[in-house]
Amino acid sequence: MIRTPLRPLARILRARETGENPDAIEAENRAQRHAAIQERARGSARTRLFFMSCAFALAFGTVGAKMGVLAASQPSEPRVQTTGAQIISQRADITDRHGRVLATNLLTHSLYAHPQQMVEPERAARELVRIFPDLEVERLDKDFTGKRTFVWIKKKISPEQMQAVHDIGEPGLLFGPREMRLYPNGHIAAHILGGATFGKEDVASAEVVGVAGVEKAFDHWLRDPANDGAPLMLSLDLTVQAAMEEVLGNGMKVMNAKGATGILMEIKTGEIVAMASLPDFDPNDRPRPLLKGDPSDSPLFNRAVQGQYELGSTFKIFPVAQAIDLKLVSPTTMINAKAPMKIGKYLINEFRGHNYGTLSVTDIIVKSSNVGTVRVAQLLGPDRQRDFLQKLGFFDPTPIEMSEAPTGKPLVPKRWPAVTSATVAFGHGLAASPLHLATAYATVANGGKRVMPTLIHDRSQRGGEQVLSPEAARIAVQMLRQVVVRGSGRSANVEGYEVAGKTGTADKPRPTGGYYGNKVVSTFASVFPASDPQYVLVLSLDEPSTIGAGGESRTAGATSAPVAAEVIRRVAPLLGLRPSTETQLPMVERPLPDRLKLVSN
Amino acid sequence: MRSVLYLLTALSVMGLAFWAYRENYRTQAAISEMSDIQRQIGRLREDLGVLRAEWAYLNRPGRLRQLVDLNFERLKLVPFGSDQFVDVGQVAFPTPKAPEREPGADADMPVERPAGFPPRRPQESTP
Repeated sequence: MIRTPLRPLARILRARETGENPDAIEAENRAQRHAAIQERARGSARTRLFFMSCAFALAFGTVGAKMGVLAASQPSEPRVQTTGAQIISQRADITDRHGRVLATNLLTHSLYAHPQQMVEPERAARELVRIFPDLEVERLDKDFTGKRTFVWIKKKISPEQMQAVHDIGEPGLLFGPREMRLYPNGHIAAHILGGATFGKEDVASAEVVGVAGVEKAFDHWLRDPANDGAPLMLSLDLTVQAAMEEVLGNGMKVMNAKGATGILMEIKTGEIVAMASLPDFDPNDRPRPLLKGDPSDSPLFNRAVQGQYELGSTFKIFPVAQAIDLKLVSPTTMINAKAPMKIGKYLINEFRGHNYGTLSVTDIIVKSSNVGTVRVAQLLGPDRQRDFLQKLGFFDPTPIEMSEAPTGKPLVPKRWPAVTSATVAFGHGLAASPLHLATAYATVANGGKRVMPTLIHDRSQRGGEQVLSPEAARIAVQMLRQVVVRGSGRSANVEGYEVAGKTGTADKPRPTGGYYGNKVVSTFASVFPASDPQYVLVLSLDEPSTIGAGGESRTAGATSAPVAAEVIRRVAPLLGLRPSTETQLPMVERPLPDRLKLVSN
Repeated sequence: MRSVLYLLTALSVMGLAFWAYRENYRTQAAISEMSDIQRQIGRLREDLGVLRAEWAYLNRPGRLRQLVDLNFERLKLVPFGSDQFVDVGQVAFPTPKAPEREPGADADMPVERPAGFPPRRPQESTP
């Protein structure tokens, strides 16, 4: 493009000749050039505007068209896509290890009223009281005839009651669906399951929330739709749990105890097969917690997990096993166990003022000698002793999957002087739950590998820390077997199951300080079968007393040990343990083929 | 010629419209049938849940214990004890019924057990 000069020479010269101002020519040319530039800019702007408006028209047109389609079409659910299983219940079931139902949901209805829609409020109130005797007719009358527009009448009603309410024929009485939590086995495993209640409530549905036990600990998991309704499988065995609760209940009655608890744990995995605490409650109708007084008097109190008891002589095996592990003593080492023994200003005595003189380490356990155990603990020193108990888990709450677990933190002395070290060696001064004791015994019986208690079946766990050498652990179990064969636990012997265990009788501490003279917690901690330990049973009776041949007795050997024997007798066959007997198995005659006879004993 | 072409086109359009109309209604019918079935499945699952709960309730250990006590005269059931473990050889297996031979089948032919049935144990054949 040829640019026009602002001052073309020819025109300038001509203008000069005619005497005109050449600047006017320049100005004219400049104006022409600016006009051309403006024209170009306007053209490109117009193009841009056109494209912009096109884009806007397209965008708004799309939105408008979609709105039109939405407004004009009939709404319908996307039925073709949802072919998978729909969510049936809002909370998963809980089953035992064989899949038997422990907790499930049941669809019931709730009853509410819209008093403004009622035709005959007084008659409705009267009829309702006839169906539900716990309602008050005056209260309903007031609610129905007043200004209220909405009244809850019942949270859960049965189908029969629902039909009866239907038959009243009152249009102001309405039903809403409700999913309720049902524990079909009643009292069995009540403390483990806990219970459930309604959370946020609405007419159309209500949320079911766990309030205690496993229901609370796994609340989120049970309500998670991502699990696709898969049940929560506990490690419990319903049959074993029922048998244990029955035997424990009878034992509690016979021994005149205030409470009882039993824990049966699989040693290899730490899975709890049965855990009971008596007295118990019905999780379908959970009682209210006590607001004052001792919480352990309430049936809600789980002695196995929440109870903090000084577990007495059952602790004696720990310092002895540790001393054997550290090669400080062997089972045959003779220890001076002359009673009484003086530590600082405290005297340590034997049970009933015995004096055993010199005992071997095995006999210290068999005869349950306090002084002997203290001597062994003195060989260890307080630091190593405390360290070992910590490794066994006596300083922390158990990691069991229940909402009550953190409340069962053991009461451990803050300082660890010589006297504390001595009393802890024979199980006084350190209060732990029976579950702690069961875990520690399982660790010893598991060849010294740490066991973690769990309530969940088949949960893969990494192998525990080795806290005791397998050799020392084996010797410790053999010592426990000697207790049952010839020591204080003779009444716990069960033919064929090689029970190995230790009795423990501990005076109950007074809330005001000191100890009661006539109230004890008697515990029997056992492992069976001793040759290949499979299960740990810890059984504890609260304030037992029995009248034996020698008058009233509260020792564990006379109270908890026989009950434990009865539990093992009932439960071991149910667990599929064959008795190891030297004699031949009983011969059962083969019946004739045409006359079948059931095998019975 | 052209009019014939027009006529054919018009006829085919009408045919296609009829086909599309029918397909539309068949699809809708299938969809509603499916949602019906799904609702039915939901109801049945609900019933199944109720039945399972009832089964668990009827089989609760407390009730079974009561029933055993009530029927002790007839059943004589006692708790499972350690003395009830016996060798397999001493277990009284019920003798299986001899299957009826088909007429005309060879009498010496060994009787084949149905698929999935365990092989015959020696104890079963001896009285």
